[in-house]
Amino acid sequence: MARIAYQKLEDHSPLFWGLLALHGAIVLAGLGAAYVMEHRGHIVTGMDNQIVWGMPHVFAVFLIVAASGALNVASVSSVFNRPEYKPYARLSGLLAIALLVGGLAVLVLDLGRPDRLIVAMTTYNFKSIFAWNIYLYIGFLAVVAAYLFAMMDRRASRSSLLGKTVGGLAFVWRLILTTGTGSIFGWLVARETYDAAIMAPLFIAASLLYGSAFTVLVLATLGRLMRHDLMTDEIAGKLRGLLAIFALAVLYFTAVHHLTNLYASGHQGVERFLLLEGGIYTAVFWVGQILVGSVLPLAALAARRFGRSRAAITIASALFLIGGLAQMYVIIIGGQAYPLNLFPGMEVTSSFQDGQVARYNTSLPEILLGLSGLSIAMLVAGIALKLLPFLPRPARDQGAIPTAAA
Amino acid sequence: MSCGSKSGASCGSGGACGCATGRGDVIDDARRAFLRGATATAVTTLAAGVTLYSFGAEPAAARGPDEKVTSKVRWGLLIDASKCGDGCSACVTACQTENGWRDTGHPETDAQWIRKLTVNNPKNGATFSLPMMCQHCADPPCVDVCPTGASFKRADGIVLVDKHTCIGCRYCMMACPYKARSFIHEPLEDQKPHAPRGKGTVESCTMCVHRVDEGRIPACVEACNDTAGGAMLFGDLNDPLSEIAKRVAAFRTTRIRADLGCNPGVYYRNI
Ligand code: SF4
Ligand code: SF4
Repeated sequence: MARIAYQKLEDHSPLFWGLLALHGAIVLAGLGAAYVMEHRGHIVTGMDNQIVWGMPHVFAVFLIVAASGALNVASVSSVFNRPEYKPYARLSGLLAIALLVGGLAVLVLDLGRPDRLIVAMTTYNFKSIFAWNIYLYIGFLAVVAAYLFAMMDRRASRSSLLGKTVGGLAFVWRLILTTGTGSIFGWLVARETYDAAIMAPLFIAASLLYGSAFTVLVLATLGRLMRHDLMTDEIAGKLRGLLAIFALAVLYFTAVHHLTNLYASGHQGVERFLLLEGGIYTAVFWVGQILVGSVLPLAALAARRFGRSRAAITIASALFLIGGLAQMYVIIIGGQAYPLNLFPGMEVTSSFQDGQVARYNTSLPEILLGLSGLSIAMLVAGIALKLLPFLPRPARDQGAIPTAAA
Repeated sequence: MSCGSKSGASCGSGGACGCATGRGDVIDDARRAFLRGATATAVTTLAAGVTLYSFGAEPAAARGPDEKVTSKVRWGLLIDASKCGDGCSACVTACQTENGWRDTGHPETDAQWIRKLTVNNPKNGATFSLPMMCQHCADPPCVDVCPTGASFKRADGIVLVDKHTCIGCRYCMMACPYKARSFIHEPLEDQKPHAPRGKGTVESCTMCVHRVDEGRIPACVEACNDTAGGAMLFGDLNDPLSEIAKRVAAFRTTRIRADLGCNPGVYYRNI
């Protein structure tokens, strides 16, 4: 197999610095928001005692889920032995780390006591899936870092066995990680929306979709920065196919989730709420997740001539990500807005909004904190790309510099 | 410190913050010794006035300073909805006074350790009213999910939050089927030394653990008895001779959402 040449991002165009400055500014704004939340309390957010997880969690879970999916390209290349993906394996590993760091940062900054991070890292309750996730996340960072080392270190990369082993480990790890993230919700027996085993495969499908969409968007952006198309026609075609399959899988599991809930006695109320009567949540589901986030991009990819263009997969990827945020919003916030059912079949009122659909008004600090997770991920990736050779040389240059390690 | 203070004074008298003994497995020896000392002081001062507190036929013995919390006891409540007046909130007011939380006019973000529910059967219009608080589940989902172990169940069945290790992730609030927990959204003042609270942490009904450890009954039960309908009974569910155990055995009682399998320690009658 021909060796693949890699390069650092050596671009100093205004676009690069502009993007860096934009993400830097958003990160600063997010840190400021976290400071205000810490100082004045969560009263400055739209979260309350009914909607206890809000916009920061929408972004954090979205990024964490996307992180494991971003590793997909690397997994396909090493575990499933598909050489056409190989040039993008490094970038894929880097994106996985960057997205996870961004998501975790939001999760930590949203804590009521972020200053107790050390407590969270040292005191474990091993029954808690949340505590297991802390291990899974840290382990994921370590395994992917090792995988990158195995691919990038001159000596280590000579051993294809090493790369395969670490790559295989990373693959298994990320499946467990996504299952773990989905289980955070799946184990909440009291919440009718989440009380379903289907959450785990739904999250795995979603992770593949978001991760691939991020990969496409980053490749497209980098292509613009470097004024070279980084995607070969072959890989663009493959990614197009993967995006379509993953999007259909997400649609399928979403449908199964809702249908099984409709079938499960006692869960019809929450389904009617989410699908028909839930106001903003119904709108975000049908318009955000289904129309904008699934149908339109699938149609774009399926279009006869346009569907094969770079523009089509780029636009579709952006729409899939918007749909992903919408999906997380419906699952996380819509699932909490529906009241807990203390007395099935009865009407309940109280001073604590029992029996009422909770209102949730997202506040600016929350949105800034959530967005900053995305920007942290992009900054981490951008800086790493400048420091180390993660990117394949443009296709037409391949072979010209045979010295770089494969 | 969310506990309000690191000094033994705020932690020693009870365990509402989760510092008291009874947890055994988690607290290291040095800390336990320190806490035991603090508890001893608190109890000595109280010992003259409080050793026994009786309610109905049932005396509740004070736990000695060196006595461990034991699983021989399971504290619980029996609430008779037929004696609970719609519109009466004596228990809520008593809890606020006892534990220092209050209504600031923002019901969405204010803490509510105990609240009154009005339940209406839409089919026949029948209504009843009852107090709702932490149900002190024997299999508490809040404890299962808590990543740091800050949510814990004492051997005697009382479920508490350790304010020193709660990181404010609110996973327990997601998991609790009874909406029993509140997150502190704003800075607090005027805390009660026996019920330390802190911005950014989660809290819920402590079953007045500081009173129970002194052999007294929870403030809500006392208030309901003294000034309202006498709808609440507190006692040891494990003691077949206790009034609560006898009544639970004799009458048809209900535990709310028993189908979820959390095994609550709060029983209701006439609902
Ligand atoms: S009622 Fe809620 S907070 Fe109380 S023990 Fe049960 S699950 Fe935990
Ligand atoms: S908010 Fe505190 S008590 Fe609740 S799960 Fe998180 S750490 Fe545990």
